[in-house]
Amino acid sequence: MTGDVAGQPVVRVRGLRMSYGAHEVLTGVDLDVHPGEVVCLLGPNGAGKSTTMEVLEGFRLPSAGEVTVLGADPARADDAWRARVGVVLQSWRDHPRWTPRRLLTQLGGYYRPYATPGRPRPYDVDRLLDTVGLTADADRKIAALSGGRRRRLDVAVGIVGHPELLFLDEPTAGFDPEARRDFHDLVHRLSDLEGTSILLTTHDLAEAERLADRILVLAGGRIVADGSAEALNRQVAAISEVRWSRHGERFVHATDEPTTFVRRLFEQYGDDVADLEVRRANLEDTYLAMVARHESGGRPQLVEVTP
Amino acid sequence: MSGGTTHAVRLGLRRGWTEFGQSVRSPQDQAFYVFMGMATLAYLWFNREDEVEGTALLYPTVALPSILAALVAFNVVMGPASALVMEREDGTLLRYRSLPHGMQGYVTGQVLHHSLGLLPTLVVILVPSALLFDGVMPGGAAGWLTALWVLLLGMAATMPLGMVLGAVLPNVQKLSTWGMVPALLLTAISGIFFPVQALWGWLQVAAQVFPVYWLGLGMRSAFLPDAAAAVELTGSWRTGYVALVLTSWAVVGLLITPVVLRRMARRQCGSQVAAARDTAGQWVR
Repeated sequence: MTGDVAGQPVVRVRGLRMSYGAHEVLTGVDLDVHPGEVVCLLGPNGAGKSTTMEVLEGFRLPSAGEVTVLGADPARADDAWRARVGVVLQSWRDHPRWTPRRLLTQLGGYYRPYATPGRPRPYDVDRLLDTVGLTADADRKIAALSGGRRRRLDVAVGIVGHPELLFLDEPTAGFDPEARRDFHDLVHRLSDLEGTSILLTTHDLAEAERLADRILVLAGGRIVADGSAEALNRQVAAISEVRWSRHGERFVHATDEPTTFVRRLFEQYGDDVADLEVRRANLEDTYLAMVARHESGGRPQLVEVTP
Repeated sequence: MSGGTTHAVRLGLRRGWTEFGQSVRSPQDQAFYVFMGMATLAYLWFNREDEVEGTALLYPTVALPSILAALVAFNVVMGPASALVMEREDGTLLRYRSLPHGMQGYVTGQVLHHSLGLLPTLVVILVPSALLFDGVMPGGAAGWLTALWVLLLGMAATMPLGMVLGAVLPNVQKLSTWGMVPALLLTAISGIFFPVQALWGWLQVAAQVFPVYWLGLGMRSAFLPDAAAAVELTGSWRTGYVALVLTSWAVVGLLITPVVLRRMARRQCGSQVAAARDTAGQWVR
């Protein structure tokens, strides 16, 4: 295996920058993915999630920065490296005349020379079809499959080579709740039983919370948060939001000491305070606040007031 | 050739065969083949009484081999060109780019698919022609043999043009302007529907630079009696030149195409696929 050192991260990115002309999409991304880890890259549309993924997959040259994936520079990596990496990209409408079984057999075939005793390649097609829940559609034309079914096929194509590292770009777009749950099970299985390291993007917070060992938030061209869902929650659970109105004017205040704040509020305005509401921030609030702060360049969107 | 490449080429051949099989079973492609056949036959049928000046031959006899040559060139240029542009936009190419040795398999598949794709065209034109017109192949077995090598060499000479065209065209919308129009112009000056002598001198020279003229000349030499060579430029079939020019184009194509395809593949990424999908949904801009 090319240049792997035990214990080293499978993905290591330092100072990744990407600009198109004057427009800077990534302004210095640092991230690591460790062996066997499931990492979720979370961020709003246009934050540069797909661009980051494309650089890691070797499909795009970065403007600057240091990128190592499975011990190699993806832009210069060879075919043996390709065999170890699985890729599920965002949008496909290819191979309309093929059937899932034929396509998986054809594409899987390319991995055969790279089989090792520990990692048989490719996956058995029947088993794979069963794993992603496409057995009933195995011999139908791909053009006749629904969007969700097609996405299952994309995931199957991504893992047919039994990858050590899997990149998934918004894998559950277009999934119904059942397909989503099946997919989550599949990710757990790949990571727990096969030791596959997985980096996936999503804008669904609940999904990130369910799947990820670690969540990275990408906003304003950089990673602005890095930690487990619990850690991110702890970091922000302390913060509460207090809303009230006075003479018809509405106010919002974020505080880590809501009790003290509310007592002082009443001391100052007494009966003028109406519509009082105290709410604990959840992961979504933190995420949105974090994104808003970094996208708008430093100012939170909530109007902060001090009584 | 390394082991990985050989393996990929074998998978590519299977891909080409599968694609061909799917194509002949598709009503859309069947309709295309039938239309091509009917249009050609109708054209020949309406000109069946015309005699070609300077020979005792009827127009369909002379035009049939020329038209076959033009159709071969047109199909192996436009087939791969449009496949490459479309499959770059729909994501097929990216799938293969993410596989070890995938591009080699993909290109092998294209070559086989579009080569086999000529068979239905030849069948829908040659079989009815043999029934409708007299003496389609006076040369017998030797004539068929000539037709075969000219055809194979002609394919090798013209298919790289299609691959390069498909690799450099930015999107499907450009295919008609930069693909169809030049292909039709080239056919028009290559002595397919009327002899090149009818053109200005400089156009005759230009036509002889490109492979389509030579493919047509080679096919006429296979299908027509030797006396018919009298109406060609220099009054001969110039068989040596046919082989030389077509081989040269094939060799140049073989050298250039892999470089161009590699460059195209390197520039392929998912965002382009997404952008193409958005553009495709937005015809009016």
